[in-house]
Amino acid sequence: MAADSTPAPAAPAGPAEPRHGLRIFLIWLVASAIADPIIWFVWGPHMPPGAMSSAAASQQTDMTVMAVMSAPVMLFVLIYFIYALITWRQKPGDEEDGPPIHGNARVSASWIIGTSVIVLGLFVYGTVELIAPAGAGAGEGNTPIWRPSGGTPLQVQVIAQQWRFTYRYPQFGGFETTELLLPAGREVQFNVTSLDVIHSFWAIQLAVKADANPQLNNVAYTKTLHTGTFTVRCSELCGLWHGAMFDTGRVVSVAAFQRCSHEQHAFSPHAYLRSFREEVTKWPSRSSRRRPGSLAGESPGERGLPVPGGCGRRCTPG
Amino acid sequence: MSLPVRIATLLVAFVAVVGGAVFVVIHYLLGGPPVEDFTAGHAAGQPVNVVMQTDASSDPAAVPDHPTWVSYFIKSPQTGAWVHTTLFKVPANARVNMTILGYDGSTPIRNPLWGQVTGTIGGVAYYGGKPVTTVNGWNGPYLIQHTFAIPSLGLNVPVEAGPGTCLTGPCTNNAHSTTTFSFMTPSHAGVFRWQCFIPCGLSFLYGNGGPMSTIGYMSGNMEVVG
Repeated sequence: MAADSTPAPAAPAGPAEPRHGLRIFLIWLVASAIADPIIWFVWGPHMPPGAMSSAAASQQTDMTVMAVMSAPVMLFVLIYFIYALITWRQKPGDEEDGPPIHGNARVSASWIIGTSVIVLGLFVYGTVELIAPAGAGAGEGNTPIWRPSGGTPLQVQVIAQQWRFTYRYPQFGGFETTELLLPAGREVQFNVTSLDVIHSFWAIQLAVKADANPQLNNVAYTKTLHTGTFTVRCSELCGLWHGAMFDTGRVVSVAAFQRCSHEQHAFSPHAYLRSFREEVTKWPSRSSRRRPGSLAGESPGERGLPVPGGCGRRCTPG
Repeated sequence: MSLPVRIATLLVAFVAVVGGAVFVVIHYLLGGPPVEDFTAGHAAGQPVNVVMQTDASSDPAAVPDHPTWVSYFIKSPQTGAWVHTTLFKVPANARVNMTILGYDGSTPIRNPLWGQVTGTIGGVAYYGGKPVTTVNGWNGPYLIQHTFAIPSLGLNVPVEAGPGTCLTGPCTNNAHSTTTFSFMTPSHAGVFRWQCFIPCGLSFLYGNGGPMSTIGYMSGNMEVVG
């Protein structure tokens, strides 16, 4: 009995367990405080697709925001992982199992709430950014909901066909080129269509992307901000030479654009196009072959109309 | 199933799979039209004369795969024979005098831009010796059958339709149109694809597919040798 009443000797007290949570939090806080400004100020301005247009600048901001938001999450995971490897690694001769853990409501709740706030916040932010500015450079279909405010945008008809894009400027006599030329600081409305199969017009550095569907007009907007060159690429697999369906466009000064448009307009085939449109109404839906002379008529020259000679030539704005 | 039968089945299946793979590699990846070489014996500074023809369809003996497809042919610089191919090799920085004999009827252009002559020397092509810079293609005086275009060189030439349609290409005796033009090859080596920009695949949806999408018919490569 006496033995039973004798209290068991207390286990020798080891060193106090450090506050691991606080340590991890402080390390994470410092790392995030270093990483986020670097992402925002150093990496952000160089993120694709650049800032050549309003849509591009907006997308670049979005990419930067996403990186700034996700960096702390990634850092937390990495820091916890590395901390665990260092602190709780198995010591020599230690064969004991770790203590069973049956959950921690505080940790679970913090994780769920934290990630939910981040994801929902980015969802709202992303949705708003899809609307501003003017549809974020995406194709909005034939009846766009989000239009740029104020002023008449420069109209550019983007015509895709296997395997080339061509660009028509209806406000400048309808001249058409194989190189997309845009003035800086102007709202642009792209009317994207296709003459054959489904293509996709992707002006990468302008952050404009719109499907080109036959017999449909897909409208996209952007505002050019800076001069420079950009790449246009078809982003819809469209056949044998899909990989070669790309070209280079330019954003030039307004004066250079006007000079080029006048140069092209001097050869504008607007009258020629009119005759083309008249004839195209007779065009069957399927390709048909006809014998020469079956659509006999006057040529533009015979009608006294100018016969274009320079449309499609590359303009050198200097 | 006995062991010998199982082994035999396995061997047959293995041979079938390997044979199929070899067939695909040889027939589709390594096969293809021949390349006409215009560099052999070429003297620097001399022009290269390339002669091609277009046909609405071909003699099955000449084009056994798809005789009903519209197609280009190239005249061999070595033998003078018409070869069913759209691949040819030319020297760099050389003037190419191109002659295209038109044995095909007209096909409407879908985009008037392709009625423009661009990228040739002088920005001009010649229909039967008469200079043209822009062709309507819909209502004359000239009608178009195809285009010869090398996009990366900015070259586009609408090819005049023939007075008749030859259905047994390569043709030699029928009446034909003659489109001529010249252009300079780049100073650097490379492979430049060329194609027709008028969807002309008869019986294909909107004229696409078939000959438009097959090398050897309405598109090919010009290899520039440095």
